[in-house]
Amino acid sequence: MSTSSEKSSSLFGYVAEFASASDLYHAAEKVREEGFRRWDVHTPYPVHGMDHAMGLGKSWLSAVVLAGGATGTLTALLLQFFTQVSLYPTVVQSKPTNLFTIPAFFPVTFELTILLAAFATVFGLFVFIMLPRWNHPLFNSKLFSKFSDDGFIMVIEARDPKFKKEQTKDFLKEIGAGDIEEVAH
Amino acid sequence: MAGTNSADTDVHPSEAEGVAREPLVLNNRSMGWITDRICGIVENRQPFIWWVLFVPSVCLFLCLLFTLVYLVSTGVGVWGNNQPVAWGWAIVNFVFWIGIGHAGTLISAILFLTRQKWRTSVNRASEAMTLIAVMCAGIFPGFHVGRFWMVWFLAPVPNANAIWQNFKSPLLWDVFAVSTYFTVSVIFWYIGLIPDLATLRDRATKKLPKFLYGFFSLGWRGGNRHWRHYEMAYLLLAALSTPLVLSVHSVVSFDFATSIVPGWHTTIFPPYFVAGAIFGGFAMVLTLMLPVRKLYGLEDLITAKHIDNMAKIILLTGTIVGYAYIMELFISYYGANKFESDAFHLRILSGPYTWAYYCMFFCNVIAPQVFWFKWSRHNLWMVFIIVNFVNAGMWFERFVIIPTSIARDFLPGQWGYYSPSWVEKLMFLGTFGMFFMLFLLFIRFLPVIAASEVKGVLPESDPHYPEWKRLREKRRKSTSS
Repeated sequence: MSTSSEKSSSLFGYVAEFASASDLYHAAEKVREEGFRRWDVHTPYPVHGMDHAMGLGKSWLSAVVLAGGATGTLTALLLQFFTQVSLYPTVVQSKPTNLFTIPAFFPVTFELTILLAAFATVFGLFVFIMLPRWNHPLFNSKLFSKFSDDGFIMVIEARDPKFKKEQTKDFLKEIGAGDIEEVAH
Repeated sequence: MAGTNSADTDVHPSEAEGVAREPLVLNNRSMGWITDRICGIVENRQPFIWWVLFVPSVCLFLCLLFTLVYLVSTGVGVWGNNQPVAWGWAIVNFVFWIGIGHAGTLISAILFLTRQKWRTSVNRASEAMTLIAVMCAGIFPGFHVGRFWMVWFLAPVPNANAIWQNFKSPLLWDVFAVSTYFTVSVIFWYIGLIPDLATLRDRATKKLPKFLYGFFSLGWRGGNRHWRHYEMAYLLLAALSTPLVLSVHSVVSFDFATSIVPGWHTTIFPPYFVAGAIFGGFAMVLTLMLPVRKLYGLEDLITAKHIDNMAKIILLTGTIVGYAYIMELFISYYGANKFESDAFHLRILSGPYTWAYYCMFFCNVIAPQVFWFKWSRHNLWMVFIIVNFVNAGMWFERFVIIPTSIARDFLPGQWGYYSPSWVEKLMFLGTFGMFFMLFLLFIRFLPVIAASEVKGVLPESDPHYPEWKRLREKRRKSTSS
């Protein structure tokens, strides 16, 4: 197998199953220490502390959401002042509309802030995680599909600079992997 | 923990150091069992009783469609509301359904931020209930405007008359609040669904379900590089929804509180409406989840502890609502406003709708007090009966607030009496048909419990579980020796 360079170029990576969240957690620490870059763990639920084990920092999705919320606030204030004060001043029950009637504009401002922040959250999330992507080489793997049930899966991709066909497989066994499957592109 | 038998039960060891907590999933169920049980509801044939409930619901939904067509083709005069009671059942039902729609986001957002892990078993279904209830609610003001095809005038877009909406009007705030609430609830619900849709995709054997679940799960692969952004998104949505859920019913209450009608013009309305909405929403969650739990064998996931917690929330919010009722009466007595004191005098003593006031008071304030006693929170029939009192009581609350106030206005010459026409009654029943029909379809096609979240609260899902376990063994040995 390893003699065929054709095969190894079409190899996507290794899918390895671990027995429990704990095993996967400790294996992830070792993979990080080994210096791998293109790898991930796939779990049925977000494992607490896994970000730390993998050496991942804080998600900056919050910055996108802040920007979305600020856009919402600004949009709402502009919409209300522009339409109410300059375009069509509505005087109901002799109540004026001007800069000082801003308390009456709070509810709509608040709602639009939340709305645009929520849109920023969902679309920002899609951009950050590059989904929707309906097909992926990993879906070719039978072992991988256990991630959505009760499997604790680690994937090391072949394009990782540290990836070596035989050594990486041995390394996975060494850190406690059970079944290991090669996934092609 | 010496002296109790908690060492024998499988509590999370980190929790065993303080107070032993009941496990959230009973009988040490495995992750595989949870997947099978929850996905099985969607994959297997529905029980006969599903059809027994579904067919009448569809019939009632058809009644709703009929009344709407009749209303549009004839005119809004087929309803019984007219001057002085222009806001009849339509607005009562709107506020009733919107209120029910509050429990879902409360469970998913506020209980998430306060780290109440028991929410995982009930949040999916109550969020679905929220969305369906808001859809039911939206029908009423939509048709109450009279000419339904002109409803787009509510949106701030330039129209033929070049008139812009009055942004100082609470009715326009309502449009923004309810539509934002619906949109954000859909987003929150859908983001939560993605991992479970991926589970259904990976289990599907037939082509069409595999395609559809695959399409809507967006190619979810559960990688931790995704989960970390996903968790941040979920946290942010919870943080956004928490003030949102409190704002929606506050804004609904502004429809009344900012007017000058005696009985509506009170500052207590926003907190009182929000507490009432949570109260009524939890009652409806229990009304739906008690049968679902029994029918689909989910007793290990939705345990007595869950029902107990929800009953306690009903007791708390019901008592807040009771406080608001009494405070309203006190302020009308203590304040110097003649119209206010007369409005409440008419509401509780001599008005035409006093019977509704006492129905409301009994159902919302007296009946839930039973939940002070533990046996009642653990007797499912008792819980079911009480929550249905609450369901009825919350409808009466809106009825008491709306028609009784405007039927007895400032001048006796403006007084009137309102009773609904058959169209209004059938329409209200029809929305129940729509509600149950959509909820049954939700059970049929989507995972009714958030499997990925329940898996995350099992003791063994903590990566430090083996260490905790060893520590506990050691402690047990040292206490016994």
